[in-house]
Amino acid sequence: MTARRSLELVCPAGTPAGLRAAVDAGAHAVYCGFRDETNARNFPGLNFDRAEMREGIAYAHARGARVLVALNTFMRVGAIETWTRAVDDAVAAGADALILADIGLIAYARDAHPRQRLHLSVQAAAATPEAIAFYRDRFGIARVVLPRVLTLDEIARLTAAAAPCETEVFVFGGMCVMAEGRCLLSSYATGKSPNQNGVCSPPSHVAYREENGALTATLGGFTIEQFGRGEPAGYPTLCKGRFAANGATSHLFEDPVSLNALELLPRLAEIGVSGLKIEGRQRGRAYVAAVVRAFRGALDALAQGRAPDAGALRALTEGQADTTGAYRKAWR
Amino acid sequence: MHGHLPPVVARLARTLPLAPLELVAQRLFANALNRRPSLFARLGPFAQATFAIDPVDCPFVFLITPAEGRLRVRETLGTAPHAARIAAPLVVLLGMLDGTYDGDALFFSRDLVIEGDTEAVLALRNAIEDAELDPATVLGLPAALCAPVNRIADLALDGARRMLDAPAPGGPRHAAPPR
Amino acid sequence: MQLTLGPVLFNWPTEAWQDFYARIADEADVDRVIVGEVVCSKRMPFRDHAIAAVLERLARAGKEVVYATLALPTLPRETRAIREAIEAGYPVEANDIATVHLLAGAPHVVGPYLNIYNEAALAAHAALGATRVCLSPELPLAAIEGLAARAGAVALEVFAFGRAPLALSARCYHARAHGLPKDACQFVCERDADGMDVATVTGQPFLAVNGIQTLGHGVTAAIRQVDALRAAGVDALRLSPQSCDMVAVARVFRGLAEARIDAAAAEAALAALPLPGPLGDGYLRGLPGARRLQDAE
Repeated sequence: MTARRSLELVCPAGTPAGLRAAVDAGAHAVYCGFRDETNARNFPGLNFDRAEMREGIAYAHARGARVLVALNTFMRVGAIETWTRAVDDAVAAGADALILADIGLIAYARDAHPRQRLHLSVQAAAATPEAIAFYRDRFGIARVVLPRVLTLDEIARLTAAAAPCETEVFVFGGMCVMAEGRCLLSSYATGKSPNQNGVCSPPSHVAYREENGALTATLGGFTIEQFGRGEPAGYPTLCKGRFAANGATSHLFEDPVSLNALELLPRLAEIGVSGLKIEGRQRGRAYVAAVVRAFRGALDALAQGRAPDAGALRALTEGQADTTGAYRKAWR
Repeated sequence: MHGHLPPVVARLARTLPLAPLELVAQRLFANALNRRPSLFARLGPFAQATFAIDPVDCPFVFLITPAEGRLRVRETLGTAPHAARIAAPLVVLLGMLDGTYDGDALFFSRDLVIEGDTEAVLALRNAIEDAELDPATVLGLPAALCAPVNRIADLALDGARRMLDAPAPGGPRHAAPPR
Repeated sequence: MQLTLGPVLFNWPTEAWQDFYARIADEADVDRVIVGEVVCSKRMPFRDHAIAAVLERLARAGKEVVYATLALPTLPRETRAIREAIEAGYPVEANDIATVHLLAGAPHVVGPYLNIYNEAALAAHAALGATRVCLSPELPLAAIEGLAARAGAVALEVFAFGRAPLALSARCYHARAHGLPKDACQFVCERDADGMDVATVTGQPFLAVNGIQTLGHGVTAAIRQVDALRAAGVDALRLSPQSCDMVAVARVFRGLAEARIDAAAAEAALAALPLPGPLGDGYLRGLPGARRLQDAE
């Protein structure tokens, strides 16, 4: 076991190379999953087989970083061994914690591995003191990953109420505007959902069409977004699309922005949050390394009593719309 | 356009015969596959797919089929069957190979165009991301030469990127990553 | 096979809401009625004074009544309201894990907003006091059959009619579409009795918005699966109120449940109603939820 820090930077590792890049860039912990439907980033070419997981954990531990294994989809009826075996294998590989969402799998993990540290995935959408108490008191959940739709005041209230259970919040990357783990939008359009298949707006159902310089992106046959010539494009994530309602066309659910809470780190530290999560297991290792380095620099500065350099990420986010998201209440 | 070879170079390239280019490229492709067998596991069923890699500033297109270890060079894509086409300036494609660039960011900024089977493209991109194909590996050099060759190659590529005003390495230039 | 009338998800004016339940009490052939605000706590004050009378009238008419609770409680006053409903002794439908926590093992119904995808999750909820579970509308028939075979004493319900609830958010999309902040929403959701239609930029009908909730544009209709659901041992079909004649809808599903009418007759009867979208059963067939009855695989 590798020691936990008071404010832990938890970074994405989509591949073994990504894991090494994140650890080398200063990640306190990385999170990753097996290459199957047991984790919520079940994209082609991503994730770890059993041997890669063992090697990845060894690499991270040798450098003082922890590895959190995400097993955060919901088990399929009659096939739960796929998930319970993944729990057993992650424990055997030396995972520092398992990130779980399914109450049935949580019960199994607690039973079969009483001493294993368990985290509650954001996919379990625990957003009240009562919900957190439920998982903490019944299953000994040690940390809960909070939904991205809470305000700072709500995070403070939840963090205080959750103790001794820790809280972890997202600080950078994709926004999820819906209550996570309770969203069926993707399967409504494609038949594949985060809960059942570990994919949201899956690439297998995405089509891009370029006509006269304009780019149309469809998902399951539904047009999600159109980009004019030279306009920045995006992946057709369903809830980030442009839709027509009430006589107008708009980004009805969420503007295509990504979360950047770097400037809120001092406040999050003050609140007593334990984990700071960077989203993006599907992003390239160059990107991940750059983001991790910037956040690690900011955290080190904070620890030394200096203000984090807000400019550190500016180069990264140049030309990109970012937001402090729901953390500021006006978002709603 | 960001990262395009100057027209004079492109014109010059047009006069080159394709057969030797195919020979060299095939050799590099074989080197990469030999050194990184995990590429196949990551590609899964998409190893069978044929990808059209289209350096838009060059007068040729690569067609690769990983499962067959096959690489062909064509003057134009024409009607050659392919599952997906990945198109960008040559220096940008090279930067994706060695991990300098984030494919998402390039796509969002439209420095990269993809067509066809999105899932196959994603599988290829993720497999390449993990393979860490530095220049020495692709060249099939012995271990002792790797570090110095990579250093020189990085410098050269970095210079080329600057000269051609290619996109800046690394960062997420635009929002909305897939989730 | 029983029929359960789910809670009204939309913000119907209080009087219309009361009239609806009065007619359900008098005329609708359903076994169970779930009453209560699931979507937005700001709507609750309008009906608080009327809900006890509604529950009482339904009970007098011989319906089993259950009090529905919020699907996404976040504020302390929202969890307090749930606690009060439990303490008042109503049979409660839990739609969030916080409510399960507050129930502390007391017998209760679980609504379609909790993630019960497998036998282990179902067993966990049964151990926590769940006696009846309405499954997620996302589940295909094969999964429902698998769960029903392993349900033990828990009665299973399947979402059989109405726009399927798909997502919840901290954000109010009705307010957002009207350019209003959530805190000053002017209750614009009241204007859309079946939710606000959402189309793609190419004009293809797609979704519907109901305050913080997103639903499908199509109307779920588990018509062709009723025989299989009955054979699997599913206890009840859940009918989710839309603005059309729900007494007529209940009549159709009673006919199906008792095998008195066939799917074609049921489809014709439902299609004759003023529905907010086309009838669909994609999810049950293991296809995208948006697929209509007539769509091929």
